Amino acid sequence: MTLTETPLDAGTQADLESHFEATIARNDRIEPRDWMPDGYRRTLVRQIAQHAHSEIIGMQPEGNWISRAPSLRRKAILLAKVQDEAGHGLYLYSAAETLGVSRLELTEMLISGRQKYSSIFNYPTLSYADVGSIGWLVDGAAICNQVPLCRTSFGPYGRAMIRVCKEESFHQRQGYELLTTMMRGTDEQRAMVQESVDRFWWPALMMFGPPDADSPNTAQSMAWGIKRNTNDELRQKFVDMSVPQAEALGVTLPDPDLAWNDERAHYDFGQPDWDEFMQGVKGNGPCNAQRLAHRRRAHEDGAWVRAAATAFATKEATA
Amino acid sequence: MPDHVHTSAEDEHDSAYAGLLVNDAHWAFGTDFEDPLAGVDTTIPEGIDAPTLAAYALMLGDDSLVMSHRIAEWTSNAPDLEDDIALSNIALDLLGQSRLLLARAAKADDSVVPALPEGSPAPPEDALAFFREAHEFRNVRFAEVVNGDFAEATVRVLLFSVWRLAVWERLRASTDHVLSAVAVKGVKELTYHRDYAARWFVTLAQGTEESRSRLLAALDELWPLWPELFDTHPVEAAAAASGVGVDPATVREAAEAVLDQVLTAADVPRPEVARRSGVLGRTGRDGMHGEALSRMLAEMQSVARAHPRGQW
Ligand SMILES: [Fe+2]
Ligand SMILES: [Fe+2]
Repeated sequence: MTLTETPLDAGTQADLESHFEATIARNDRIEPRDWMPDGYRRTLVRQIAQHAHSEIIGMQPEGNWISRAPSLRRKAILLAKVQDEAGHGLYLYSAAETLGVSRLELTEMLISGRQKYSSIFNYPTLSYADVGSIGWLVDGAAICNQVPLCRTSFGPYGRAMIRVCKEESFHQRQGYELLTTMMRGTDEQRAMVQESVDRFWWPALMMFGPPDADSPNTAQSMAWGIKRNTNDELRQKFVDMSVPQAEALGVTLPDPDLAWNDERAHYDFGQPDWDEFMQGVKGNGPCNAQRLAHRRRAHEDGAWVRAAATAFATKEATA
Repeated sequence: MPDHVHTSAEDEHDSAYAGLLVNDAHWAFGTDFEDPLAGVDTTIPEGIDAPTLAAYALMLGDDSLVMSHRIAEWTSNAPDLEDDIALSNIALDLLGQSRLLLARAAKADDSVVPALPEGSPAPPEDALAFFREAHEFRNVRFAEVVNGDFAEATVRVLLFSVWRLAVWERLRASTDHVLSAVAVKGVKELTYHRDYAARWFVTLAQGTEESRSRLLAALDELWPLWPELFDTHPVEAAAAASGVGVDPATVREAAEAVLDQVLTAADVPRPEVARRSGVLGRTGRDGMHGEALSRMLAEMQSVARAHPRGQW
């Protein structure tokens, strides 16, 4: 990776830094050709890459049900959704490339386990209702996380997020609509929806990251305008939005502590199992090994194809 | 300018999330795809033999459905993201075709639709896709072959779309308005599929030693099922005679000529592999399939069949 810039004399360095700080202070965008501190660049690469990887790994849990979608319409919706996620990965890898890292480098960081992806995708999808729960809760939580990123300080990332958020809203809508339709179906289907929501509610809350007290990088990321809200703020917002949606759907959220708090004008809620969360982060979640192995296999199986494309392009260029 | 971008993005997306319970204008596009038959006369034209139309539409619909399923199996497995997206597109196009064609078959002759338990809300195209047995499927065997490597996918999409394009270019003139409309849209889609596959065919043929040998192996593997694509089934003959369909034998020359262009560009010789025989002379169009199809259907139909009264 090329993450360092040429050394500058002290005066120029100070000018650049104050220019950068002023841009951030104005809530303006930093563009790829602008000077930026090393730490800012590194943080962005890490965050955008992790985000891109999440989109790509996130194709797997739902991709698991494409071959079994129970109607032609649902099959088309699901296939199109998983395809959108590939597109999101593509935009995000492109945004990362403006910072001087290639998609290939980042992919290798992913499959060697040196870069992470969202732990939510280490949970298995066990019924067709999970396609709906993922749309509603996982895409929904992703939206809460990502809407503020449309205003993130790095231009290419913010612009990618605007496109991504539009499609995530659509996914959320479709997921919720699937669950609504299933709730109008048979008793077995309603039970399937409830069981699925029971499994995905807590992992969805974990998507906002550990509580603020245990989130060491948040303060710097907020100062740089990369991150706009704390984990706990976003989690609260998500809970507040989801409760009425769950009621309209007719499912019970699996949290006995969930209750409206008049004083705070927010819902109180319980804490997810952060030990289980940490297991997932450390690679011990239910599907970590499977997801990475799938990605690694696809990447390695494709090596000869990419080599052929490169060889062909070289021949064409010299022909 | 940045301020403008920031504000609009925030408003738009915040409200999108909050609006989940409201059917507001933001969601005017709904969760369905555009109706490709908007404005098309869907009544069965006078003088068309409805059972022939149904049987013929089933054949084309099953080709699309089964091929789509195989291509969709590439999702999250392709060599690069661009190809993952392209293959999903191809699968989606074919899936869209199959919905229309199966629905058309059901509309022409509802006796082709399997009976479902009382109270089942499944539309007829879903009943056809998810509640028929393998021997009731009328797709060519070519479509159902188990996936191989990316060279195999390339050859599969190339041969399938070259054949189909030759048929569908003529199908645009079908006396059935729906088949004609499906073909008009389908020709555009299939042209894209063919061009995508042809580019990769040439690239793999001329790329590396490994890619070339994989490509040649894939071509040898699929070639035995190529001639079957041009066999004339009695249903196709009847459909062609009445102006509803196309006899595939009549487009063989045109299809071979297109394929030859690709083979020449890639410097790949025509394979010398014999055609695969059927069972007692019967092949895909007669409902005689390979072992792969019933396994595919067992998976594809599992959820629908477990909940025959389910709402999806
Ligand atoms: Fe996404
Ligand atoms: Fe999504």
